[in-house]
Amino acid sequence: MKDEVTRDERVANLKGLGCSRKRVEDARFTQGKGNYIDDISLPGMLHGDFVRSPYAHARIKSINIDAAMALDGVTAVLTAKDLEPLSLHWMPTLAGDKQMVLADGKVLFQGQEVAFVVARDRYIAADAVELVEVEYEELPVVVDPFKALESDVVLREDLEGQTEGAHGPRKHHNHIFTWEVGEEEATNAVIDDADVVAEETMYYHRTHPCPLEPCGSVASMDKVNGKLTLYGTFQAPHVVRTVASLLSGIEEHNIRVVSPDIGGGFGNKVGVYPGYICSIVASIVTGVPVKWVEDRMENLMSTAFARDYWMTGKISATKEGKITGLHCHVTADHGAFDACADPTKYPAGFMNICTGSYDIPTAYLAVDGVYTNKAPGGVSYRCSFRVTEAVYFIERMIEVLAIELDMDPAELRRINFIKKEQFPYQSALGWEYDSGDYHTAWDKALKAVDYAGLRAEQAERVAAFKRGETRTLMGIGLSFFTEIVGAGPVKNCDILGMGMFDSCEIRIHPTGSAIARLGTISQGQGHATTFAQILASEIGIPADSITIEEGDTDTAPYGLGTYGSRSTPVAGAATAMAGRKIRAKAQMIAAYLLEVHDDDVEFDVDRFVVKGAPERFKTMGEIAYAAYNQAIPGIEPGLEAVSYYDPPNMTYPFGAYVCVMDIDVDTGVTDIRRFYALDDCGTRINPMVIEGQIHGGLTEALAVAMGQEIAYDDMGNVKTATLMDFFLPTAWEVPNYETDHTVTPSPHHPIGAKGVGESPHVGGVPCFSNAVQDAFRPFGLRHTNMPHDHWRIWQAANSLGLHD
Amino acid sequence: MIPSQFEYHRPADMAGALAVLAEHGDDARVLAGGHSLIPMMKLRMADVPHLIDLQDIEALKGIKIAGGQITIGAMTTQHELIADTALHAAAPIIREASLQIADPQVRYMGTIGGNVANGDPGNDMPGLMQCLDAQFTLEGAEGKRTVPARDFYEAAYMTERDDEEILTQISFAVQQGGYAYEKQKRKIGDYATAACAVSITKENGTVTAASVAMTNLSDTPVFSEAANAVLVGTSCDTADIKAAVAAALEDIDPTEDNRGPVAFKKHVAGIIIKRAIERAASRA
Ligand SMILES: Cc1cc2nc3c(=O)[nH]c(=O)nc-3n(C[C@H](O)[C@H](O)[C@H](O)COP(=O)(O)OP(=O)(O)OC[C@H]3O[C@@H](n4cnc5c(N)ncnc54)[C@H](O)[C@@H]3O)c2cc1C
Repeated sequence: MKDEVTRDERVANLKGLGCSRKRVEDARFTQGKGNYIDDISLPGMLHGDFVRSPYAHARIKSINIDAAMALDGVTAVLTAKDLEPLSLHWMPTLAGDKQMVLADGKVLFQGQEVAFVVARDRYIAADAVELVEVEYEELPVVVDPFKALESDVVLREDLEGQTEGAHGPRKHHNHIFTWEVGEEEATNAVIDDADVVAEETMYYHRTHPCPLEPCGSVASMDKVNGKLTLYGTFQAPHVVRTVASLLSGIEEHNIRVVSPDIGGGFGNKVGVYPGYICSIVASIVTGVPVKWVEDRMENLMSTAFARDYWMTGKISATKEGKITGLHCHVTADHGAFDACADPTKYPAGFMNICTGSYDIPTAYLAVDGVYTNKAPGGVSYRCSFRVTEAVYFIERMIEVLAIELDMDPAELRRINFIKKEQFPYQSALGWEYDSGDYHTAWDKALKAVDYAGLRAEQAERVAAFKRGETRTLMGIGLSFFTEIVGAGPVKNCDILGMGMFDSCEIRIHPTGSAIARLGTISQGQGHATTFAQILASEIGIPADSITIEEGDTDTAPYGLGTYGSRSTPVAGAATAMAGRKIRAKAQMIAAYLLEVHDDDVEFDVDRFVVKGAPERFKTMGEIAYAAYNQAIPGIEPGLEAVSYYDPPNMTYPFGAYVCVMDIDVDTGVTDIRRFYALDDCGTRINPMVIEGQIHGGLTEALAVAMGQEIAYDDMGNVKTATLMDFFLPTAWEVPNYETDHTVTPSPHHPIGAKGVGESPHVGGVPCFSNAVQDAFRPFGLRHTNMPHDHWRIWQAANSLGLHD
Repeated sequence: MIPSQFEYHRPADMAGALAVLAEHGDDARVLAGGHSLIPMMKLRMADVPHLIDLQDIEALKGIKIAGGQITIGAMTTQHELIADTALHAAAPIIREASLQIADPQVRYMGTIGGNVANGDPGNDMPGLMQCLDAQFTLEGAEGKRTVPARDFYEAAYMTERDDEEILTQISFAVQQGGYAYEKQKRKIGDYATAACAVSITKENGTVTAASVAMTNLSDTPVFSEAANAVLVGTSCDTADIKAAVAAALEDIDPTEDNRGPVAFKKHVAGIIIKRAIERAASRA
């Protein structure tokens, strides 16, 4: 057969690595054909709804369900008493604590689940919720973590007398753990002796991932066959299956967990929520499927929050600005239960990446976890475990140090960056950064925005302001971030004992198309698009001929799910490795078909060719067919492979961001004039998907930095439980983003990819914040806390005397 | 976010609507665009056993401009207000203000009648209507009556309208002179941190009439006679505007909410009023 297609055309035909292939998911999403949890409807299905606590801290004197049960259409009302015989009134958390499923004697936060009503339809359930009579006795409320550590009020009576927690000693009845990394004495010594020391305390406020789709589940217990099917908004379906098995006693093979299409997760859908457990129990009790889907207010009030870190730092440097030491203490408000979603050994996640992108020889970090009367959680909202907090901390400390040194913050960063030749770099707090070229990225970014020109313009603006000619200041926000993603090596990363590997299983069909199944689950990341591209380049089958399937534990290989930008670093690696197994077998088949030795053929785009005789080849399509239609001596029929990938290290994407903002000093209104984002995520699989991820991550960074928060009053009432007050940016608020990149592949990842979904959020938050702070630097501002909404900016200006 | 049970009525004319109102009294509420009422029902903060949807009543729709008077049917949507070119020519402040209300989706549904009848201090139209000295027509079993916008608002969600009356139309004079609607909000779709409607007419450089009204700075819209009095007869220079702002600030009583504390709101109100007056004066 004559081959008239050029090699370039064959490469293009694959739509493999580097191709801006359109997202295959979008056809169904844009036509309203997605299949989300609330689209699932099973015959005879009942609907659950929660009675929730109006109080942040109260004892439950009684619960009367009679009136609710009397309502026509109500099947059951579950309380802790009903769950207790099954030992399901409490459940273990990912952080080694336990959490009430339904209030057991008391409630610890507003919105806590008190009773679960099951009814014929969603409307009856909501009416019945109103009829459940709960008698509360209010208890003193503690919402401030510092006061919690001094308060006589015992929040967690169940832990009374326990001086040892999951992560070591507890210092007080409201204290959870102290986590220390690095050398305290050495760090203190360096700081004491330093030429210059900058100190600052900053509050990284509590916020919420707020995915467009809230959380929900549909449980269906088939009592005849003993099988439980659980559909839900799960970012880690396999882990949910294992946990469900351990908790319920149902053998794992009898549980099937399915994550259908997920409308965004951002960490919110990693944990296990009372609603999931209650839907399972209710299905077991009633014998029919039970659906639970929370509403927006429930999502914001009761499912996992993010951040809520009080961070105090000391950073020391020489007169010339070379950083010598970093000290960081965090008071971490975990709410009523420690339900942080972190690898087991990391109660503060990877907060110890807080030395950032800088070569800091000596450092120390201590984190104290504290209970308060707030919702539990502590998830990684569009970031790897606590990395956003760490990067915000160091990027603010750098700015404060620049003020102390009276130095330009861009220059201060430059002289402290880890140098290209220092990689792999061992950080003072224990990480091995795989690769980076920070100086190149930084110079490119500063040049792109004409940094010197911006500073000159800013100086003119300040002068004009002082002359009374303008009331608008200009801020230049800088941030340089290093992420730590792709958790993670099984030797140090696990979730509930499950090593954080991931997996891919590939089946090549006889006619040369394929299906690949992974242990991860897309929530908008576009896995069906990009993983097919990885495979296309590895096995020479066009991405358009490869189906990617995730989320059904009956079919997908075991994996730890999608969060912490781990899909590409871990499952993406598994995909490439499984592809290589396919290729190895394909090579043997090709050699047999071409009647040469295995070593005499080589892979070329979509075929194996005889070395030195490119006209003699077998395409992957021909090879696939041969694998099924003829006996090949010494080779099993079929063409399948599975790979479980335990990454040797994390990956360390990085980036350089610049934001230019105008601020109306009188009203606090901000206008983001420019946002430049350079990302280095190693090998770029699909530039268009990367750009989409960056736009999304930056927009969530804008949200968090500029207004989004979960705020409580002194009584523990949530003040921001609707989207009127909880800031979710729309196209209206979002600036135009300029994206750029450098490429520094990961040396240990099979295709050199590092992950990108969360970088823009991690780097974006300090960049927006630094722009605000920078605008006021000429007037003496050192630090002001986020979120930078109008009144807080106004307050900063006011406290600097700018309204006088 | 699930309302309790209600009966849905959809009369074809005013007589039908008034009949249902008369029959169910307190238990009935009319539904216009639903973008204030339905959220309240879903939060179970409003319990409405009988909901009377007004959308089929033709008589409540439309914009008429004749004899120097503008008449707008209560069921005219904010989107229609924005799109109507004749209205824009006759009273450009309506489009300027409407574009600052909520977002396009809400404006396709939300009506001028619902906005002014609702009585929420956050609604933008009441202040605007006070600025324009609009008249509201109310129709009940006893017939029609007209109430000036400036006398309509008693307290948050409390208005001159009786429970059994329907607001049918809003009318005001074709506008002369300069105008401005200035609003600060946290984001699109937000109610005002502070907002101000101003209309100013000048003759030979001297202000002959001024009208300053504010939104979300008290439990009702605030029409500042004092500010108007300060401006009339002046050339509206910097000192005059400053004095007018000071007078207007005397009339407000903002409360703390998630938008910020009282001191902040007062300061921002001062800036917004000043900008509104400046802009209106520059157009006069
Ligand atoms: C996200 C969001 C943002 C918003 N932002 C703003 C904003 O910035 N500024 C602003 O002004 N508004 C805002 N709104 C409110 C919106 O403009 C409403 O649509 C409007 O306030 C009410 O109009 P409606 O037609 O929807 O009335 P409905 O919600 O149907 O009714 C409101 C109330 O008025 C009564 N009512 C309605 N029509 C009549 C009538 N003809 N006679 C007697 N009583 C009547 C109803 O019984 C009800 O009590 C926002 C709404 C949303 C959902």
